[in-house]
Amino acid sequence: MSDHDHIYSTKFQDKIERNTLLMFVLTALAVSVGGIVEIVPLFYLPNTAMNGGDGTYNNTQHKDLQGNAIPMDKIIWNPTTSAHKTLADWQPGDGVRPYTALETAGREVFIREGCFLCHSQMIRPFRDEKDRYGHYSIAEESMFDHTYQWGSKRTGPDLARVGGKYSNEWHRKHLKYPRDVVPESVMPNFFFLEKRPVNVERTVKTLKVMTQMPFNPVPKNIYTDEYIAGAAQELEGKTDMDAVIALLQSLGNHVKFEEGVNYRD
Amino acid sequence: MEATNATPVKYDMDVVRWFTIAAVVFGVIGTLVGVYAALELAFPFLNFDIPEITFGRLRPLHTNAVIFAFGGNVLFATGYYIVQRTGNCSLWSNKLAWFHFWGWQAIIVSAVITLPLGLSQGKEYAELPWWVDIAIAVVWLSYGLNYIMSITKRKTTHIYVSSWFTMGMICMITYLHVVNSLAIPVDWATSYSIFSGVQDAMVQWWWGHNAVGFYLTGGFLGIMYYFIPKQSGRPIFSYRLSVLHFWTLTFGYVWLGSHHLQYTALPDWTGSLGAAVSLAMIIPSWGGAMNGMMTLSGAWDKLRTDYILRFLVTAMAFYAMSTFDGPVMAIKTVNALSHYTDWTVGHVHAGALGWMSMISFGALYHMTKKLWNTEMYSDSLVNVHFWIALIGAVTYITAMWVSGIMQGLMWRDYDEYGTLTYTFVESVSAMHPYYVMRAVGGALFNLGTWIMLFNVVMTVRQANAVRGVNAVAAKA
Repeated sequence: MSDHDHIYSTKFQDKIERNTLLMFVLTALAVSVGGIVEIVPLFYLPNTAMNGGDGTYNNTQHKDLQGNAIPMDKIIWNPTTSAHKTLADWQPGDGVRPYTALETAGREVFIREGCFLCHSQMIRPFRDEKDRYGHYSIAEESMFDHTYQWGSKRTGPDLARVGGKYSNEWHRKHLKYPRDVVPESVMPNFFFLEKRPVNVERTVKTLKVMTQMPFNPVPKNIYTDEYIAGAAQELEGKTDMDAVIALLQSLGNHVKFEEGVNYRD
Repeated sequence: MEATNATPVKYDMDVVRWFTIAAVVFGVIGTLVGVYAALELAFPFLNFDIPEITFGRLRPLHTNAVIFAFGGNVLFATGYYIVQRTGNCSLWSNKLAWFHFWGWQAIIVSAVITLPLGLSQGKEYAELPWWVDIAIAVVWLSYGLNYIMSITKRKTTHIYVSSWFTMGMICMITYLHVVNSLAIPVDWATSYSIFSGVQDAMVQWWWGHNAVGFYLTGGFLGIMYYFIPKQSGRPIFSYRLSVLHFWTLTFGYVWLGSHHLQYTALPDWTGSLGAAVSLAMIIPSWGGAMNGMMTLSGAWDKLRTDYILRFLVTAMAFYAMSTFDGPVMAIKTVNALSHYTDWTVGHVHAGALGWMSMISFGALYHMTKKLWNTEMYSDSLVNVHFWIALIGAVTYITAMWVSGIMQGLMWRDYDEYGTLTYTFVESVSAMHPYYVMRAVGGALFNLGTWIMLFNVVMTVRQANAVRGVNAVAAKA
């Protein structure tokens, strides 16, 4: 018996090692399991902010301190039931809304400049993060973030609730020359954003694309035909700087959080 | 039968030579960009107010250059080398391999152009624009097809263990790249993921961690299983351990992605599951590391004289270390501290500099000698490279561990009045010395790659000069 016929493991393993197709198929199966188990349920389980179209978001139920379910309309803005019917009328606390045209342009700048590489947008449920940044982030708050921007590194501070914390003028100064405002900062100077007009055509197309997404698209009653048609006007004369400031000012104040309520179960 | 055995197999090694040279060159470029990005964090004036080289655009260029340009070319060079030598056969298609070579280099060039211009899909390690993603898929599948068909051509009975790992990589990277790149284009430059928020985060880290697990680990374990036995002249320590290593890693690694998302808005079970499997992965990882190291048992003395072997064995030590570091960081209480800090960066570089690059350098030196049928131009320069790379890697990793843990502790520190002790920016300025130290470590590591480039170029020139003299005889 030659050495090649000797089986050092099991018959099955030996068979696999002799058969390319069998090894390929078994390997392809073995590597698929973990991903399926961890990803697929996130499209069906509650508390993942997945809009199933029936208004229940896969039966997500946040309960207030009395144990009563908080209507999802309070968490995610619904123009039909809300007192504020359009993006222009929307007020902080009305619930999570998609980005306005200018903020959408700002998101493009945010991604282009790689801001997410140093700034997270995901506050964890810890005491120090609450004191430093504010209420922990919940799934619904990033449900319209096609290409999520949670980040993985805080070379700079978290931005999930930066909206309204500083004035537009502060942001402008800080973005242009960060060390003029914060001497210890290591952020690059983004003064050039002020010289660049926003890409109107691209932004308008982006709004349309956001309504066509297969998962969590922006509802057509928010990005109405009139809104998209009027977007070019909203963007007229704006710079990348205006856009990214508008984005930053919109972050984190959508939901009115109640003290003591557990939004994570 | 006797006659066929006597006929030497004609291998397709030209494409392997080109992949090898490309790997050596991109090792230099990728780490150089990394050093510059590191310096920008230490001395922000180095951004020079040039949008194309600001940190936010340079960092993706660094990661893409080291992972896909350096790492990719190493994987393809060694892959085509191993599949031919272990199967005693030529490639299924030499032409397809050349398409793969030029296609991959074209992708690298497009990355070098688009990333500084700010074209980004906003996903780490998957920043490249959608049309490059399509090109990557096509070129990757050409590699997969060629590799697997070359295995079927083998003249040996069994598939060698290196090819198991490479097959795992080919399958998994195809899944990951396709699913994670699903996006709707707005125009040629911009596109947005079809997933959002929670689902996108999970898909991204399923990609992010398994690019590490199957490309930067699985693929490089294939290198380990071939080149350590070859260089040391010893058989693999344990065949059974390699069977265990392969199947547990292949099945288990996929589950780890969610440990990047602990305490986020993802449901808690996902992160906990990722943490549990991460801890379990110490077993196959250390089993594999032991398998590589113990291959030297009875031949440890070779480390005194064989500098290439030093690279290969040191890589196994770093592999063991970073596969311990990783599961520890996946424990939820540790992750609460380490997440968002430089500790993560340190961990990644323990793997990337210590394990992945070291095993690559060893394999590249080994192949250079074999492919050009010569000795290295200078063995002592190999030794110099080894020590510089080792000191550079350790300096880098130590700096990031210390700064990471310090950041984590500063952020959560409370004073006696129950208020946060430090402002965020105090943590930023406290990082400065470590960012300098990191840049020094990276620069040393980069210096090593220059030495390697010089040594390999001189070796090839020396080999070509000899071949020129013998060319007439060889042709006859």
